Amino acid sequence: MALKHCVHTRIGAAAAAVIAAPGWSADRFITVASTTSTEQSGLFRHLLPVFEKKSGIQVRVVALGTGQALDMARRGDADVVFVHDPAAEEKFVAGGYGLRRNEVMYNDFILVGPKSDPAKVAGGRDIVAALRAIQAAKAPFVSRGDKSGTHAAELRLWKLAGVDPVSGRGNWYRETGSGMGPALNTASSLNAYLLADRGTWLAFKNRGDLRIAVEGDRRLFNQYGIILVNPARHAHVKQAAGQQFIDWVVSSEGQRAIADYRIGGEQLFFPNAAAR
Amino acid sequence: MQEFGRSGAVALGLVTGLDSDLLAIVALSLQVSLSAVAMAALIGLPLGAAAAVGRFPGRRPLIVLLNAFMGLPPVVVGLVIYLLLSRAGPLGHLGILFTPAAMILAQTVLIVPIIAALSRQVIEDAWVEYGEQLRSLGSGPARSGFTLLWDTRFSLLTVILAGLGRASAEVGAVMIVGGNIDGVTRVMTTTIALETSKGDLPLALALGIVLITLVFALNASAYLIKEAVQRRHG
Repeated sequence: MALKHCVHTRIGAAAAAVIAAPGWSADRFITVASTTSTEQSGLFRHLLPVFEKKSGIQVRVVALGTGQALDMARRGDADVVFVHDPAAEEKFVAGGYGLRRNEVMYNDFILVGPKSDPAKVAGGRDIVAALRAIQAAKAPFVSRGDKSGTHAAELRLWKLAGVDPVSGRGNWYRETGSGMGPALNTASSLNAYLLADRGTWLAFKNRGDLRIAVEGDRRLFNQYGIILVNPARHAHVKQAAGQQFIDWVVSSEGQRAIADYRIGGEQLFFPNAAAR
Repeated sequence: MQEFGRSGAVALGLVTGLDSDLLAIVALSLQVSLSAVAMAALIGLPLGAAAAVGRFPGRRPLIVLLNAFMGLPPVVVGLVIYLLLSRAGPLGHLGILFTPAAMILAQTVLIVPIIAALSRQVIEDAWVEYGEQLRSLGSGPARSGFTLLWDTRFSLLTVILAGLGRASAEVGAVMIVGGNIDGVTRVMTTTIALETSKGDLPLALALGIVLITLVFALNASAYLIKEAVQRRHG
């Protein structure tokens, strides 16, 4: 059950909210713009209490698609971004919106599909061939369509396959414009294929007839990065506390905490900050 | 149908177990929606009364506007408030984006038209009936407005409950301006949306049952209080 942790701080937070709705100056906190995959996979629920206990800094996570999270940070509404679209992250830093980009961890994307497997792709390792087969079979495919990191990865893979999925829109290609979980719900009821991040998939409960169809292609690599929002651009950014969080996430202690997160014995994220 | 049974059991477990996370979320939901309704009533009732008994230029466009804005899409209101409160926006220096205060503000904007438009109709009907009498007693428009607000208070309670219904049911606005932050801005509706996203449909539905029960209890108590007061004062 998701609603079970960290009892006292939550009641305290609610009490504080009742008493002091505007302002919120009393507590030390930072706002992190992150992705639905880190939130919905349960990683933050595992990770943040460890950091909060150690540092006394509360981490407030707003979970959005990567595109939207970066946009929120560009507007100055976050102190730290923790997302998974390296190309967009580098653009964010190059534009002067963020300081250094730190790699944190990786996992992989997987192609999920119905048990009936109308495109006959199950068990394969070649994601590009699988996408071509799906298009050829006109098998239903659900796309995030929300400028998230997973959506960006999906579009890159279609390009590699030389397929313009937009031509199948309204037919076999369904753009849902929704988060990973809602897209999985849609695919589950349509018996469609979709590209998912492994973390959300492992935590997802409403699978229906969906199975992993293709995995293990190195082009399905999914890298996460963390960036401090540039205080020179937004003076209110909590530089010290934000940097403290980043330093902890990439420290050996933070990396170990990430590696420790498992669902049903399976590790969801693989730390690789030290590798670079 | 199996899902409904399972959800009922989960809901019962949540309520009887007094899950502390759930209590915190329920408390925040009530705080946000009741504050928004209180603020909206403070603004909307006088506004409705003024539109009912006042005679001023722009009155009819105002009435049409209030009626139309009863259907304001929460997601649009959320977006507008988000852009206003964002650090890059005109009210960014307040630093209240992603706090309950921002959620109260968004819901207030959503409910003011409902309370103003419905109370305008209630008071105007009373004005047709008692207007002449009030005028003969020498009441000006302001005085008449307040008199009618008081006289129609039992009908206006239903108006306010309509506002509360809107506030406690909406998810679009509070999701955007609150950010659905765990332990800070997570309320019932955003929790239901999140659990649906995770594919935990029984838990999501169970939370929905809890929310509907809560709204029912609020309405029942309002009704009982109204009955008791009416009986005492005839």
